[in-house]
Amino acid sequence: MQVEMQDIHKAFGKNQVLTGVHFELLPGEIHALMGENGAGKSTLMNILTGLHQADRGTILINGKERSFSSPKEAEQNGMAFIHQELNVWPGMTVLENLFLGRELKNGFGFLKMKEMKALAKEQFERLDVDIPLEQEAGLCSVGQQQMIEIAKALMVNAEVIIMDEPTAALTDREIAKLFEVIETLRKQGVSIVYISHRMEEIFTICDRITVMRDGQTVDTTKIADTTFDEVVKKMVGRELKDRFPARAASLGEVALEVRNFTRKGAFENISFSVRAGEIVGVSGLMGAGRTEIMRAIFGLDRMDSGELYRNGKKIKVHSPGEAVKHGIGLITEDRKDEGLILDFSIRHNIALPNVEGLSSKGFIDGKEEQQFVEDLIKRLTIKTESAETSAGNLSGGNQQKVVLAKWIGTNPDVLILDEPTRGVDVGAKREIYALMNELTDRGVAIVMVSSELPEVLGMSDRVIVIHEGKLSGELSREEATQEKIMTLATGGE
Amino acid sequence: MSKSGVRPLSDMAQKMGPLLGLIILVLIVSILNPSFLAPLNILNLLRQVAINALIAYGMTFVILTGGIDLSVGSILALSSALMAGMMVSGIDPILAILIGCLLGALMGAVNGLLITKGKMAPFIATLATMTIYRGLTLTYTDGNPITGLGDDYMFQLFGRGYFLGIPVPAVTMIIAFVVLWVILHKTTFGRYTYAIGGNEKAAWISGIKVTKVKIMVYSLAGLLSALAGAILTSRLNSAQPTAGESYELDAIAAVVLGGTSLAGGRGLIIGTLIGALIIGILNNGLNLLGVSSFFQMVVKGIVIVIAVLLDRKKAA
Repeated sequence: MQVEMQDIHKAFGKNQVLTGVHFELLPGEIHALMGENGAGKSTLMNILTGLHQADRGTILINGKERSFSSPKEAEQNGMAFIHQELNVWPGMTVLENLFLGRELKNGFGFLKMKEMKALAKEQFERLDVDIPLEQEAGLCSVGQQQMIEIAKALMVNAEVIIMDEPTAALTDREIAKLFEVIETLRKQGVSIVYISHRMEEIFTICDRITVMRDGQTVDTTKIADTTFDEVVKKMVGRELKDRFPARAASLGEVALEVRNFTRKGAFENISFSVRAGEIVGVSGLMGAGRTEIMRAIFGLDRMDSGELYRNGKKIKVHSPGEAVKHGIGLITEDRKDEGLILDFSIRHNIALPNVEGLSSKGFIDGKEEQQFVEDLIKRLTIKTESAETSAGNLSGGNQQKVVLAKWIGTNPDVLILDEPTRGVDVGAKREIYALMNELTDRGVAIVMVSSELPEVLGMSDRVIVIHEGKLSGELSREEATQEKIMTLATGGE
Repeated sequence: MSKSGVRPLSDMAQKMGPLLGLIILVLIVSILNPSFLAPLNILNLLRQVAINALIAYGMTFVILTGGIDLSVGSILALSSALMAGMMVSGIDPILAILIGCLLGALMGAVNGLLITKGKMAPFIATLATMTIYRGLTLTYTDGNPITGLGDDYMFQLFGRGYFLGIPVPAVTMIIAFVVLWVILHKTTFGRYTYAIGGNEKAAWISGIKVTKVKIMVYSLAGLLSALAGAILTSRLNSAQPTAGESYELDAIAAVVLGGTSLAGGRGLIIGTLIGALIIGILNNGLNLLGVSSFFQMVVKGIVIVIAVLLDRKKAA
């Protein structure tokens, strides 16, 4: 199937996500789609497969203009989207999963088991995989589950399969198997859109590559005609303007040191430290294990081994409560689910980790609490009419400020920020950056996980890069460039 | 709650809805039968309400954390039997009541441990302990009431006496309300109770000891059930092995009628007191009006449905 997307525009509310994107997919080709997080890859593919509708632009399929109003319709027309989060029902058998929603039935409504089994076998043979059909899907490995999804796609005669980060959770052997299957599919004329951050893979199996940046296509080239470095440059190629307040760090003693943090399957042998007054940026691709490391430091997730030092003294942190006692604060990436109690007022949210200090013998001093909260609202310029407004009614930027206020109120010595400006508008971003500077001026040590490279470069005194759960490099502020970080983050040399 | 004088509208509605319902109910019942308002009847009503109100206070804390406690009726029965047993064996009745209340708290703590350390769903954990505590009560009493509790004046006063003309159980209900209101709204424990129900994960990340708070909440529910058990024991001058059966349902109904969300995080203890009064008035008023006790259940059920439907509308 030949697909051509021309001049695609899409906005969500005021947020322009795609501006005039072009994308072309040839029959039987494996086409890499690359770009930073938020570049618009997923949106583009969601438009192709009918989840979203384009505001403007045309989609040509085999030369004819078409658009799909739902993923179901796209599927019926030969498009399958295999998401990063697999759509497998763990409690059902492999066979039941394969036919979920399109079971074969006879005239009485009974399932035609024999026919379904035969069909399923045929598909697995076509893919040259061997998974017991009666096994519960939840017991299959991630690689097998992926094969189930691919088989499902083939069963509806998909001619285009979109794979979003298909190898993110696979072992090396499973990846090899996946590549074999992809190769088989290509020979059978199926086109594949391969969304991935992993350079090595793209250069191994893809025919062409389209790079997207800031909701636009940079260009499309043959893999053979390009290089790692060129692709990275295209992905990040924007200038750093004065989006960041000037930073002059004066570093103190090491405030927090992480030694040999390991959790099987998530991260391995991670060691780094952060000094008082320093901002350490933590860069890496989505799923590289950055968030997991931070959560382990804070006692939120377990780890298998590793040591933690505060001001040179070894400490043990088993729960967030203990981390708070040691002067560590964590702002998680998911502020709605983990940062805030949306039903609570701003006052109650900000007071939550601080309320012990605002009370004596368990009784909260209402006046002191009021004052404490008002001060933080002013200090962080949270825009609200009253401290009693519930947090759920605030804008993203203001919500993030409430989370920050909550933790700044605890007077932490070490503050871990996971994606501190995600979903925050430009103005509020700058205010948050300024606040980070103010904090480090007072000697707070900051560890900042961010997927936005400009932010990492603009704010960090030092950058560490995580690649597939391992520390792949450390760069000083002077050394760090987008290209160098991207190379380290994608496992390049 | 707020000192700045700015109170969210939803908070007001949360408070006013149940109160309005109570007023309307009082009006209807007193028009249909003016003897409802007779002082003696009102005092009688308050005494009847006390037991459910005490249990429902505890249930409010539990539901605010997003949990549920089905074992309160069984805790009432078991602690009542233990208190009576102690009295029969000659222990000072007031001391027996104190020990009984502590044992009630302990039974609640077991619930809390199962739910936190055992990671069981509150519904399942307390369904199991409901059966266990009831079974222990029946075993301990051999299925017979425990009588011969003596004629200690203080003990008799507890369930049957008057203080300044008000039945002592009603006084207990009011004192408990004030104490619990202060705990819920003025202490860190109360704040954490709301926070856990509002977003347990966020509360935990904020450094709150969720496990400890939850165990305390279930212990409090157990303690209050045992206190209600003490009142019942005094009133009946005996411990009944089947006491408190289905009391958990009346308590949950009172909490829900009071506008507290079963999802946790939202609700007020004043609402629960009002809810308990509404249920009490329904019982009392329908009796006065000569409605059969079988049909009373139908009316009670319908009132709960209407209250929750109105609440949904308000929320939407």
